[in-house]
Amino acid sequence: MSDHQPMITLDGVEKRYSEDAPPAVERLSLDVHRGEILVLVGPSGCGKSTTLRLINRMIEPTSGRIVFDGEDVTHIDANDLRRRIGYVIQRIGLFPHQTIAENVGTVPRLLGWDRGRISERTDELLDLVGLDPSLYRDRYPKELSGGQAQRVGVARALAADPPVMLMDEPFGAVDPITRDRLQNEFLRLQEEVRKTIVFVTHDIDEAIKMGDRIAILRERSVVAQLDTPSRILAYPVDDFVDDFIGSGSTLKGLHFERVRDLELSNDYPFVRSSESRGDTRRLLADSDARFALVLDERGRPERWVDDEDLSRGDPSETVAGLGPKVIAMVEGNATLHDALEAMITSSAGQAVVVGRDGAYTGVVQIEQLTEVIRRMRAEAKAHYDRLRGRA
Amino acid sequence: MTATATASDPATGGPRDRWSPRDDLGLVVTPFVLLAVLAAYLTWLGAQDLPQQAASAITGDKLLTQTREQITITALSTLGVLVIAIPLGIALTRPWGKRFAGPALAVANAGQSIPAFGLLVIALAVLGRVFGRAQDNILQNTIGEALGPGLVISVFALILFAILPILRNTMVGLQQVDPDVIEAGLGMGMTRREVLWRIELPLAVPVMLAGVRTALVINVGMATLAFLIGGGGLGVAIRSGIQLAQNVVVVTGGVLTALLALSVDWVGAVAERILRPKGL
Ligand SMILES: Nc1ncnc2c1ncn2[C@@H]1O[C@H](COP(=O)(O)OP(=O)(O)OP(=O)(O)O)[C@@H](O)[C@H]1O
Ligand SMILES: [Mg+2]
Repeated sequence: MSDHQPMITLDGVEKRYSEDAPPAVERLSLDVHRGEILVLVGPSGCGKSTTLRLINRMIEPTSGRIVFDGEDVTHIDANDLRRRIGYVIQRIGLFPHQTIAENVGTVPRLLGWDRGRISERTDELLDLVGLDPSLYRDRYPKELSGGQAQRVGVARALAADPPVMLMDEPFGAVDPITRDRLQNEFLRLQEEVRKTIVFVTHDIDEAIKMGDRIAILRERSVVAQLDTPSRILAYPVDDFVDDFIGSGSTLKGLHFERVRDLELSNDYPFVRSSESRGDTRRLLADSDARFALVLDERGRPERWVDDEDLSRGDPSETVAGLGPKVIAMVEGNATLHDALEAMITSSAGQAVVVGRDGAYTGVVQIEQLTEVIRRMRAEAKAHYDRLRGRA
Repeated sequence: MTATATASDPATGGPRDRWSPRDDLGLVVTPFVLLAVLAAYLTWLGAQDLPQQAASAITGDKLLTQTREQITITALSTLGVLVIAIPLGIALTRPWGKRFAGPALAVANAGQSIPAFGLLVIALAVLGRVFGRAQDNILQNTIGEALGPGLVISVFALILFAILPILRNTMVGLQQVDPDVIEAGLGMGMTRREVLWRIELPLAVPVMLAGVRTALVINVGMATLAFLIGGGGLGVAIRSGIQLAQNVVVVTGGVLTALLALSVDWVGAVAERILRPKGL
């Protein structure tokens, strides 16, 4: 069982619910790699849930093969298989007559763990999903908010530490702010647990945020495009994908590039705030720039000054307090999207980049962003041209 | 929660957050009220100067026996209904049994709409022959001997009569279980049987209990008619009173029947309270 072998393989899988109806899933083939989040995204009714339910044999394919960890799933007892796969269903489905702890302990109980181990594990999981065990352990599902119930649903699916999770719109039923928080928490969790996850959503933004790779599905679960979020955003293969990812895909693509990976420009002269106006003015005149940057004594960007600011008062006075404050400022690990936002809010064509300590490291120009966009598109296009050439 | 068969069920009105003593106040007070009414009536009865005929129709011994018979008929017929209707209700909601649900409910409906007297007579005609034909029949020798054939036949008739509420409520109770909850159970690797026992049945319990309570109340009332085919019960006192034209006797039979019905309903209510799963 090498690490290169996919965790799950669908091979020409087809599902018809009835003879005369069109198939809900039509000849679907895809691999899910170990430790990745593969997002299935597509319009309502396109067969996402059906695809998920085929993987854990809640329903059986009409034809085709599904391989789980090197084993054909039809050779595994369905209940065994399901105990090895965490499953978060579309509407959570907590057991209303059981406490939160009992809900979370379902699979461990089925696996015959002893009580002590189950209750230890339950508390650990509640902690993990951000619910204080002492407060929530003995509550019933009706005593939870929607967001809390979703967390319990996730904890329950994680209970027996399954290597694989199937998540069907796990954050569907909550407000956008709570959803954003649950998503962030889940991504942080995934850093720790590194599960293989198939994640279903109909929200392209959620797909872009959560997915290591995204499969955009059209009717009957036909894959329209399967790739990393940034490549899909940079190069939608057809009109369907283009429409589905919607407007602003270029901007969304900037989420995947970081400021620190750019070649920062150092065209602007910079001085400490203790520097004299005269010296600074000479420095500025010697450069090609129209502005100079004033840093505080710890090297943090403070203000922009131009020749006019520097010509005021006595040239021997310090530059401290002159000129407008630096507003567009981002850290090196910020995304290009953050940088663009900073530029736009400050209506400047550049943003000042600082290190983690807040010290000045350079400037990113808006032209660099457009250049990055051009490069991403070209690379994605070249990638697909290569694929087509090979085909 | 489905309203079809839960009219007599105050407990399923809606979710409650915390238990409060007020919820159960009625349950605690009811038996005392019933006992007080009984004591008051018996005291009044004792103070009456009854004609000989009337007094001999309602001796303590006779009333005790009749009450015991009435309770036996009620308990046995309800038990019989439980044993038949619950498994049947479960079977009729399984994927393989669904298509029989319609016909089965139709039969149960018919059972309940036949007039009670007719049902008793039919039961007598059919079962009486069974009793009569084989003298060494098990029914005759064991159960019949101990309880009297009239009583046994009454029990069978009442079983038919009260199947509907429990059958229907078992089915409704199981059908109203959220399919997502079942999907979650199966999706985590529970077997069908585990899902039935650990999820579906507990969640159906409140509705099922409402049906049991309805059946109990029907049976305790109907048991009053058992005297028609020699089954005993408090109906005997009422009939004597009518025959002797002694209103006191009729009223005594009536009051005891009513108190018994209320007590049985109370038992049903207590069962609902205790057996209802927490969290619903
Ligand atoms: N049990 C079923 N029996 C018959 N048809 C079904 C069944 N489940 C789903 N379908 C059909 O299969 C198709 C795909 O359904 P599915 O639930 O997989 O869609 P989905 O992509 O998950 O949609 P949504 O985003 O709304 O959850 C739909 O046309 C649906 O009507
Ligand atoms: Mg779905």
